[in-house]
Amino acid sequence: MEEMTPDEKAQKFQRPIAQTTIDEEEVSKFSALSALWWDEGGEFEALHSLNELRVPLIRDALVSKKTLEEYNVAKPLDGFWILDIGSGGGILSEPLARLGASVIGADASEENIKIAQAHLIHDHAIRDKVKYVNTTVEEIAQTQAGKFDAVVASEVLEHVADANTLVSCACQLVRPGGSVFFTTINKTRIAHLLGVVVAEHVLRLLAPGTHDWEKFISPKDLSYMLNKNNCATRLLHGMFYNPLTKRWSWTKDTSINYALHAVKAESNDSSNLWTDKPTQIKQEND
Amino acid sequence: MAFKWSAVLTRSRHNLLNHLCQQYIGTSGAAKNGDFADIVISGGGMVGAAMACALANNSCLQDKRIILLEAGKDTGEFVVPDQFSNRTCALNPATVRLLSSFGSWQEIEGMRCFSALRMQVWESCADSMITFNNSDMSEPLAYIVENDVILAAIMRALKNVKNQVEIRYETNATAFNLPGRGDSEEAKMPYVKLNLNDGSVLKTKLLIGADGTNSAVRKASGFHTINRHYDQSAVVATLMLGEGLSNTTAWQRFLPTGPIALLPISDTMSSLVWSTTKEHAKNLQELSPESFVDAVNDALWHEREKNEIAGKLLDGFKNVLNNIVPADSDGVRQLPPTVIDVVDKSRASFPLALTHASQYVRPRVALIGDAAHRIHPLAGQGVNLGFSDVACLNDMLTKAVSSGADPGALTHLLQYETERQRQNVPVMLTIDGLQRLYGTEFTPVVVARSLGLHAVHSLPFLKKFIMERASV
Repeated sequence: MEEMTPDEKAQKFQRPIAQTTIDEEEVSKFSALSALWWDEGGEFEALHSLNELRVPLIRDALVSKKTLEEYNVAKPLDGFWILDIGSGGGILSEPLARLGASVIGADASEENIKIAQAHLIHDHAIRDKVKYVNTTVEEIAQTQAGKFDAVVASEVLEHVADANTLVSCACQLVRPGGSVFFTTINKTRIAHLLGVVVAEHVLRLLAPGTHDWEKFISPKDLSYMLNKNNCATRLLHGMFYNPLTKRWSWTKDTSINYALHAVKAESNDSSNLWTDKPTQIKQEND
Repeated sequence: MAFKWSAVLTRSRHNLLNHLCQQYIGTSGAAKNGDFADIVISGGGMVGAAMACALANNSCLQDKRIILLEAGKDTGEFVVPDQFSNRTCALNPATVRLLSSFGSWQEIEGMRCFSALRMQVWESCADSMITFNNSDMSEPLAYIVENDVILAAIMRALKNVKNQVEIRYETNATAFNLPGRGDSEEAKMPYVKLNLNDGSVLKTKLLIGADGTNSAVRKASGFHTINRHYDQSAVVATLMLGEGLSNTTAWQRFLPTGPIALLPISDTMSSLVWSTTKEHAKNLQELSPESFVDAVNDALWHEREKNEIAGKLLDGFKNVLNNIVPADSDGVRQLPPTVIDVVDKSRASFPLALTHASQYVRPRVALIGDAAHRIHPLAGQGVNLGFSDVACLNDMLTKAVSSGADPGALTHLLQYETERQRQNVPVMLTIDGLQRLYGTEFTPVVVARSLGLHAVHSLPFLKKFIMERASV
């Protein structure tokens, strides 16, 4: 699941564990779990099909910053550094890398990191474009502030204990002028009814207990938090999941699921902040 | 970007070495373990080669490795023979659009093709008939092209993009390891593993089965198929026609034993496709050329199966309809040509059957063309459906890849399956239905079908609808 696990706080004080050298034994141990994550008709079906919406959203927002000469149709995100917060099994990290981006997938669960790696190892085209790091967003914000062209927290906000910290860390991590993307669930009655009661208890699309209404956040609150952190909301769109076709579509109505794109203000004096891409992580791990 | 390339290079080299070592040690004996392609197409027939050509010309896939496996030999440069081949297809406008998109249609025009401006369909039990043509006969309804020419034109276009597609002749898969099929370790891996006949192993993210009616890919995938054996054979031949009007009409006459069709391939020659019972087909092949020509003429002209009751009812119906919708001049009955000779050794026959796979896709596998569906050659639609599969799958892969998805991702493959079955299934049912409808001399059925056919013929909007359906 693309989420911070509840024991996030417990892990918070551990050092980030770099997972670069891939142990073959580990790979086979985790490949069974990885097969579950990557079964497109399985437990994570809705996350797989959400890619049809969120990947083009991120792609188009970032590509618009390129000139025509820089644009490469097969690798539209070439040159961009993206941080995927709560990368889980890598369902979102891999497509972004396939479009040319260099992706850091951060997840607080060590198991998720290994699952993601066990899948990534088979894709020769992107295995050097993605790096999964077992860390928390607070920790990575301490060393990598201002280094990313985009920070994505997809289906994560509704699982964290402290949304404020997550949002402010995400805003620290992105460079001035860079983009922050969120997809999450609104804090409305209908979201509670469909997202918790129907999805978990009636249709059983999700395991009961996956969602806690208390943690849901409205787009208004999220925009406010972002504003406080110097990020202006550019786009807010509703998303609708059709459980019959098992596909997502965009909708004007943001009362259930929504996606939000915010851009961090360009600052005058801090242009040197992001001249270096997050090479630190690379070197640390080698 | 300010990014330490040397560090990355070292790291990737290290990874690669590491990986190779692990593979070499880990799998005893299997030294050849690593050939990898993004997309593998199994079968280099017309549809498979067109798929390769469409993918090779797709700019979204320019960094993907694509391999086409063909069991046959490389036949080298194709030279158009003087004699016409007895295997031809009627290509519809949608197919021409697809072939034009990668330059094959231009090659076909440079070699040999012939346009059919008009089509006339009638039957032996009644006088009803239907004609199709585009307004003022300017645009062809279909192009009649020899199969060899189509394939050669696609292969030529494929040579222009040879950096994008690797063609392996005399190669086919002997064993398939598909993800999610079986309990082996391999089944958990996110790729298809093929054991090739030369002993090597090939892994791919997406396997496209274009290996025909007896598709090995379909069998390995365990797809359920619906089969109908017509207990019929099609006799093909190249016919010489007598003097007459210009040869631009495709003729089809329904006989109780099956339809006989003549497709124009030159000003004086037509290609025959005669579906009939197996014994009759055998007889027809054994006849002397003179008797064979007589049999074809008889099949086109004879009146002995006329049903009197149906005839009278149809005449009455025609008068009524004529008062409501005046007949237009394009729809006049033309007399079929007279066959004067059959080209030496051009006669052949093949059994007819209907096969349809209930599914076209599974994770990392997609079927196209005859591997997924094979229909009665009655309307010349078979290969057109296959080419439409190619166009559709190419579009879906563009969509998938441009949103960063793995080309073998099931989500997009399922969209291909849905879209294609929505078109293929009605076409198959229609053709199968026509086959049954015209396979009888039972009077009520003869009456119903002749009145129905005449109604469609006389009502322009209905006819237009059918033509539009047939050409997409």
